[in-house]
Amino acid sequence: MVQRNQQSPQQHQEAMTVEAEAQFHVLAVDDSVIDRKLIERLLKTSSYQVTTVESGSKALELLGLREGQDTTPSLPPKQHEIEVNLVITDYCMPGMTGYDLLKKIKGSSSLKDIPVVIMSSENVPSRISRCLEGGAEEFFLKPVQLSDMKRLRLHILKGKSNCNEQQQQQEDSNNSSNDGSSSSSTSSCSNNNKNSSSNKRKAIDEELSPERTRPRFSHDSLTVV
Amino acid sequence: MEVAHLQRRFIDLTTTLFQQGILDNQFIQLQQLQDESNPNFVHEVVSLFFQDSEKLLNELSRILDHQIVDFKIVDAHVHQFKGSSASIGAQRIKDVCIAFRSCCEENNRDGCIRCLQQVKQEYCLVKSNLEDLFRLEKQILAAGGSIPTMQ
Repeated sequence: MVQRNQQSPQQHQEAMTVEAEAQFHVLAVDDSVIDRKLIERLLKTSSYQVTTVESGSKALELLGLREGQDTTPSLPPKQHEIEVNLVITDYCMPGMTGYDLLKKIKGSSSLKDIPVVIMSSENVPSRISRCLEGGAEEFFLKPVQLSDMKRLRLHILKGKSNCNEQQQQQEDSNNSSNDGSSSSSTSSCSNNNKNSSSNKRKAIDEELSPERTRPRFSHDSLTVV
Repeated sequence: MEVAHLQRRFIDLTTTLFQQGILDNQFIQLQQLQDESNPNFVHEVVSLFFQDSEKLLNELSRILDHQIVDFKIVDAHVHQFKGSSASIGAQRIKDVCIAFRSCCEENNRDGCIRCLQQVKQEYCLVKSNLEDLFRLEKQILAAGGSIPTMQ
């Protein structure tokens, strides 16, 4: 995207498409107002569109799934109150936990394709594997870092390219002229699939290690600007 | 006061806070998230932390004043405090919260009371230091300087 200026008009067109896709909408769920503010800023800095809510039930409401309506949402997928590309949720919340929210989303026919990422301040291996087995794309240890945010795009693109595959099948039968862009995103999807499964494993390894390696502060690194 | 002098004080104070383990790298993350579009981000988050902490500390004092204590409720509050202190990088508060939670697990009221005193002290220390830091920041900006950044 940065080198857009050096590209041919055709490539330019593609770059524009990528840029439009870059404004993915993320729904962030956390009961702590401090953490909501933090995740909102992290996501916006990483150029996501963000909506934050303080509970799992609010999140489901926003997604168009009312409580007690386990499998059939009130509205067909395209007519949700808002279109959400990814849900990132805290694990430990009063009432509905992040895991409960995950199960509700994955149990709904229209929401199940929305990638879900779970965050927790506690490093509990059994909890992490339960969430991943329950369909979570990834598990972040809090406090969440800017570098974590980049990984979300992979999970969104993976979901998108699954949709594109279906779309492409339809378009192929309709003799659509849009093959080029569809196939290019499909090829990136297989890569993403591969990456994401290794990411998942990496995430677990990270969580299990006592301390994640993070940049250290030192006096030498202080600079006056 | 001269800008360079204020900037030097800002750097010295920040360095001391890190050396003493009062703040950790998470605080730098917060500073990195602050930009022209969000010039008060750190201050806003830290203000929320102050409000939240004072509410929690009052609540904990109230609960532990009683002879009969519901340690599950104490633990839930301490868990919340641990999370928020980790989110702003108040490392020493977070560490005391870990010890505090072990006391909750052991249903140890005396231990909890000691931890509460300790966490209150750490909180006061963080608060007064961060207020000093924000004051210096204001003075630097008022004098036409820019805030020193840390990588």
